[in-house]
Amino acid sequence: MPTQTFIVNGEKISVDVEDDVRLLWVLRDILGLTGPKYGCGLDVCKACTSHINGKAFNPCAVQVKDVGPTDEITTIEGLPATVGRDLHPMQEAWLEVDVAQCGYCQPGQIMAAVAKVREKGGALTQADFDEIRNICRCGTYDRIREAINAGAAKM
Amino acid sequence: MTATRRPISGKADAEPRRPMPYPRPAAPDVVPADEEKHGPGRRGFLGWVLAAPTLMVAAPMAGGLIAPPRADAAIPSLPAPSDLFDLGDLQDLAAVATSNLITVVVHEDGTASFALPRAEVGQGITTSTTMLIAEELDLPMDKITVTLADARPELLFNQLTGGSNTTRSTYHAIRSAAAVARARLVEAAAAQWGVAASTLTTSDGVVRGPGGRTAGYGSLTKAAASSTLTKLQVAPKSADEFAVIGTSRNRVDALAAVTGRKTFAMDLKVPGALPTMVARPPTINGKPKSVANLAAVRAMPGITDVAMISTGVAVRGRTFGHCIDAVRALQVAWGPGTEDGKSDATVLAELKRAEIPLLVPGVPLLTKTVEGRFTFRFRSNSPLETGCAVADYRADGIEVWSSLKVPIVFKEQVAAKYGVALDKVKVHVTEGGGSFGRHLFSDTALEAVEASKAFGKPVRLMWHRTDDFRQGRTHPMATSRIRATYLAGNVLTFEQRHTSVSTDFTHGLGEMLTAFSAKLPGGNYTFAQSIFELTANVPYNYGVTTQLLNEVDLGFNTGSMRNIYSPDVCTAQELITDQLATIAHKDPYTFRRAFLKNARGRAVLDKVAQVGNWGRAMPAGTAQGIAVHSEYKGYCACLVEIDCRPETVNRKIREAYTGPRVTKVVFAVDVGLVINPTGLEAQMQGGIMDGIAQTLTSSLHLENGAFLEGSWDHYFYTRQWNVPPEIQVVIMPSTSTSPGGAGEFGVAASMAAVACAYARATGKLPTEFPINHNEPLAFEPLPTVPPIPQSPTNGLDSAY
Repeated sequence: MPTQTFIVNGEKISVDVEDDVRLLWVLRDILGLTGPKYGCGLDVCKACTSHINGKAFNPCAVQVKDVGPTDEITTIEGLPATVGRDLHPMQEAWLEVDVAQCGYCQPGQIMAAVAKVREKGGALTQADFDEIRNICRCGTYDRIREAINAGAAKM
Repeated sequence: MTATRRPISGKADAEPRRPMPYPRPAAPDVVPADEEKHGPGRRGFLGWVLAAPTLMVAAPMAGGLIAPPRADAAIPSLPAPSDLFDLGDLQDLAAVATSNLITVVVHEDGTASFALPRAEVGQGITTSTTMLIAEELDLPMDKITVTLADARPELLFNQLTGGSNTTRSTYHAIRSAAAVARARLVEAAAAQWGVAASTLTTSDGVVRGPGGRTAGYGSLTKAAASSTLTKLQVAPKSADEFAVIGTSRNRVDALAAVTGRKTFAMDLKVPGALPTMVARPPTINGKPKSVANLAAVRAMPGITDVAMISTGVAVRGRTFGHCIDAVRALQVAWGPGTEDGKSDATVLAELKRAEIPLLVPGVPLLTKTVEGRFTFRFRSNSPLETGCAVADYRADGIEVWSSLKVPIVFKEQVAAKYGVALDKVKVHVTEGGGSFGRHLFSDTALEAVEASKAFGKPVRLMWHRTDDFRQGRTHPMATSRIRATYLAGNVLTFEQRHTSVSTDFTHGLGEMLTAFSAKLPGGNYTFAQSIFELTANVPYNYGVTTQLLNEVDLGFNTGSMRNIYSPDVCTAQELITDQLATIAHKDPYTFRRAFLKNARGRAVLDKVAQVGNWGRAMPAGTAQGIAVHSEYKGYCACLVEIDCRPETVNRKIREAYTGPRVTKVVFAVDVGLVINPTGLEAQMQGGIMDGIAQTLTSSLHLENGAFLEGSWDHYFYTRQWNVPPEIQVVIMPSTSTSPGGAGEFGVAASMAAVACAYARATGKLPTEFPINHNEPLAFEPLPTVPPIPQSPTNGLDSAY
């Protein structure tokens, strides 16, 4: 069985698993990182959104062989460390606005928000929000929008 | 987006805690009628100190009946059954039977804990429960831990989460237990210090006495404990003493949610509970007959077990990725499904055949008649967390972890099915990633037990997203016919005939209804009719009003989706109300205001009209809509603005349904007593998103015995591009000393207001919901064999 090597939340790891297993399952079922959630496995709901080399992506739609030894994967668990704090400013904004309801989509929403704000270079417009495809079945979209721009102001 | 998200009435968030005297001041002489009917009133809280090493206090559940509303305008309608006695009252009444069984425990580290016999699925009940305990115990919220109780059969009917009833049914009981615990701690301190208890106060988890003496609760809990069962009665705090109830508090699980530490069933690390999935049939409820390649699939990489179970073929493997591969590889011969050959059209035809005829009312000549028939399509109540349960079937017992809203029934089912003693079945209720009615059913957990038994190993069984849409629970298709008559400024009659594919209520509420059916106004109803009668009402004085339900049992996997019948019933009513307003030559707001039965209804209507600037000039193709809904002892109103202009409707977003856009929502809600304004606001915001989806975008298409939707890019629940840029929820000041329901309350008025706005913007009465259902399919359906799609591999291409 091939050995897959990459960096997760700052730590170099090697794991023996078939090439085509999607990264989400390697993270969740083998490495025990359950912050990225399963919501569809189809790159649609975006509940598993994490970062690869600082960019948002969905590990449910990436074969583990396509992640190289120098690729840095950041899950919600590792997000605060990217800014050297206990909580990322986006997470703090999320707490201030009390965004979460059931909380299931929230790690993915936060990871998407951080990347989208970086991509746009600041607060998001209505058109920018339309580019965020993450589902929140509890419907807390209004607070998500408020928290994103509150977080953007502190990033 | 407006910055108006916190215009919340009630007390300031950071109000300093006042030391509370003990004993508390006597209750006022005049007890509000509402409290007399609902709560403990001046008789005080009753509780028992249980025999335990540290302080453990139990309290009885409480409940009661309400007074009938007064109608004071137009031609009074008789109160609907739900005006007098609603579903929540029934649940309250059932809860009374299982008293003194909930316990608050004070620990030696000064913290308190409570195991809530309900399911937290996002509605915020762990937070509101923490608030109730903090209020009466005078202990900071961060020193209180509220967990979800395991299934407790001794609670009988009192462990069902539904009907927006949690706060209503536990409000007095939880406060009682906390208040008695506080009194007991004060008495312990008084005894230790040799002073009268009346000289002591409490605040922030500390008892304070003369001369600046203090003792933390933790240091007192052993002394406050009892070796025997001891009965205590204390006076409750009055509403003007509340320092926590009525103030906005953020969720107690928010930090866990935003750090990814919140643990759902799928995240549990139960030793040996490997990922497990089920290959499901190509049509609804088909059964497996045989598997052609069992050995080959067992030999696939990472797969440990494969076995046929009653619902399909279960596979267990190292990761869910391995399971997906195995499910797709299985060659299964399937028996027929329960709905083979059925389609949207055939189901609708069956509903129309079952419709109870409208009467031709004996009304005077010149009476005008308004009629409408509305069709509401199948909808999915699947939450974002797909069905998941961990099960371990062992020789010495069965243990299960899952988000279950009726865990007792599940536990009893498992014990009966496998012939084991009830105490050998352990059922842990996990936090749920949403529910919307889905977790009233324990089918995933039952499947997990079956698979664990078949494999002789623990399993962590998960439904694929496509499974959830195609074989999960649905809100049943329904029609609603209304005929109303109008003459000279009055509505003389209002008839509503709701006809629905039967809603499955077999999750245990049925026992409760059987037990208490004799107490229902009107006598013996069938089960679904009872639920309908307990939830449906017309908030307007529309003369002779009748609302009847007929159901057709077609064997679909249905269930009570958030707010059960009400969103559809209310939408039909409010569209007809706009028609009545038109023939009365009044605008929709003025007309509603004139016909609303009571002041609370008028207050929420006035609020949204005022805040939402009702009647402002708007461009062609855009319009406002307004609607009112009454349920759960509360009133709410919704005003929306919609944009149906082509440039908006035809916005292009990949793999998305855009359509008309709701551009603004103003929602006012009166739930009686507000516990947590920010939590209540959150529930309304969620209900608004559901209402928008159900009017404009979300439905399942049935074709040849199977639903076509298989992904969130097929089932168009509200996404960012559908979200109104402007949303404002107004929490009305408390109008009662008892809380009403909140979790489902936002849906009906929102759905109705969007429908009314759409009708006004387009000039066409919509009769089909969602309005896009009969448009050409906006997606390419996934195959049914294999039952689930493979995950993509190009995820890095779209990184941003």
